[in-house]
Amino acid sequence: MFRLVATALTAVSPESDHGADDASEGFFGWLFSSGAFHPPTIQEFYPDAVFFDGTIFEVNRIMAVRVIAAIVLVAIFAVVASRARVVPRRGQALVEIVLDFIRVQVVEEVLGKKEGQRYLAFLTTLFVAIFFFNVTGVVPFLNISATALIGLPLVMAAWVYVMYLGAGVGKHGFWRYLRMSLFPSGVPWWAYIILTPIEFLQVFLIRPATLTLRLTANMMAGHLLLVLCFAGTHVLFFEATGAVRAVGALSLTAGLVFSLFEIFVALLQAYIFVMLSAVYLNLALADEH
Amino acid sequence: MMTSLLRSAAEGESAPNPLLPSNYDLLWSFVVFTFIAIAFMRWILPKLQTILDQRAEMIEGKIAKAEAAQREASVALEEYTQQLIEARQDAARIREEARVQATRILEAAREQAVEDSRHVTENAKKQINAEKQQAIIALRSEVGVLAVELASRVVGEALDDEARQRRVVDAFLSELEASEVKD
Repeated sequence: MFRLVATALTAVSPESDHGADDASEGFFGWLFSSGAFHPPTIQEFYPDAVFFDGTIFEVNRIMAVRVIAAIVLVAIFAVVASRARVVPRRGQALVEIVLDFIRVQVVEEVLGKKEGQRYLAFLTTLFVAIFFFNVTGVVPFLNISATALIGLPLVMAAWVYVMYLGAGVGKHGFWRYLRMSLFPSGVPWWAYIILTPIEFLQVFLIRPATLTLRLTANMMAGHLLLVLCFAGTHVLFFEATGAVRAVGALSLTAGLVFSLFEIFVALLQAYIFVMLSAVYLNLALADEH
Repeated sequence: MMTSLLRSAAEGESAPNPLLPSNYDLLWSFVVFTFIAIAFMRWILPKLQTILDQRAEMIEGKIAKAEAAQREASVALEEYTQQLIEARQDAARIREEARVQATRILEAAREQAVEDSRHVTENAKKQINAEKQQAIIALRSEVGVLAVELASRVVGEALDDEARQRRVVDAFLSELEASEVKD
């Protein structure tokens, strides 16, 4: 548990303190060091570079977390896939439950069996990837969601954007898709004055933007919440005196509860992202709105 | 938390805008996500899908096989039932025939017996009649002779008393018996 706290705190302590304590008292000195409480800031999400500082190849803690999450995810699924058998073992059965859930509850539910087949692999990949990137926020030593920085949600939302525009244009042709999206049938002509700009924003801007921001904001908030809880616990335990120390137990409990909650949020956000992607694809493929 | 965010924003200088991705952020996002996407869509998911397809195929094959077996069994059952019914009908028919035949044989035997007994009776009657006739004829021829003989004896003896008469008759009869025995 202390490791979790400590790792969460690595990002909290300002670098100057960090270095000084490290040098003077070693790891345990740093671990049990006391100092003024530093509330988490936006700098949480911009840790110092580890490699290639200042270049486009810059690697900091979050980038490393992303790479690790990606490798672990692919490794787990690769092992399952390479050992896959017709009669499944426990691990394979677990993976199949997840894939089945996406297929039945999301893809076939929204897109139907026939259309869903074409986008099944894409949406499944999206779901497991987002879940793995989200859940790093509560994994000890990683302690930050790979999706808490806007780049990754943006890339994934961009892919969904390209997919659903491509699906619409591919099915209806460019002009027809544009007409169907911007001039929904069944409304009087004057309604288009308001409707068309809204629909334009909706299709070309709001959908990918909300996908990106919803995910990023949720993961950022979750991370700040956890840091606040664990940093607060640290300060209360080692800084406060007397009865106030006991409050630390409360904040520690809150941290644990929020850790569990973050696992749920990780799952929920992955589900929402994939569900909305499926809905957007379905809207693009629909004959008439 | 919000205030601290605002403060760090207000402090300005290097506080980054979380809505604007940095170039390295985008690059690494693209790299990791592309890596996952290729691994999943090119290899992992198709591999798992083939396994699932194989499983579905196997299950379907087994179901089809079971259905075929079921169908065969029901056909066989029907056949056997049919055969059983036929066999029962045959047996009943044969039994009926046997019964009829037995009755007929019995009837014939009874008739035969009646006929035979009638024959026997008839023959016996005929024989008796013939013997009677013969006896009558014989008696008729003998009785005359005997009567004459008896009369001559009666006449030849002195017919004084009754005891003598009786003695003569008895002697005659015993003589007659003796002659009969001798014959």
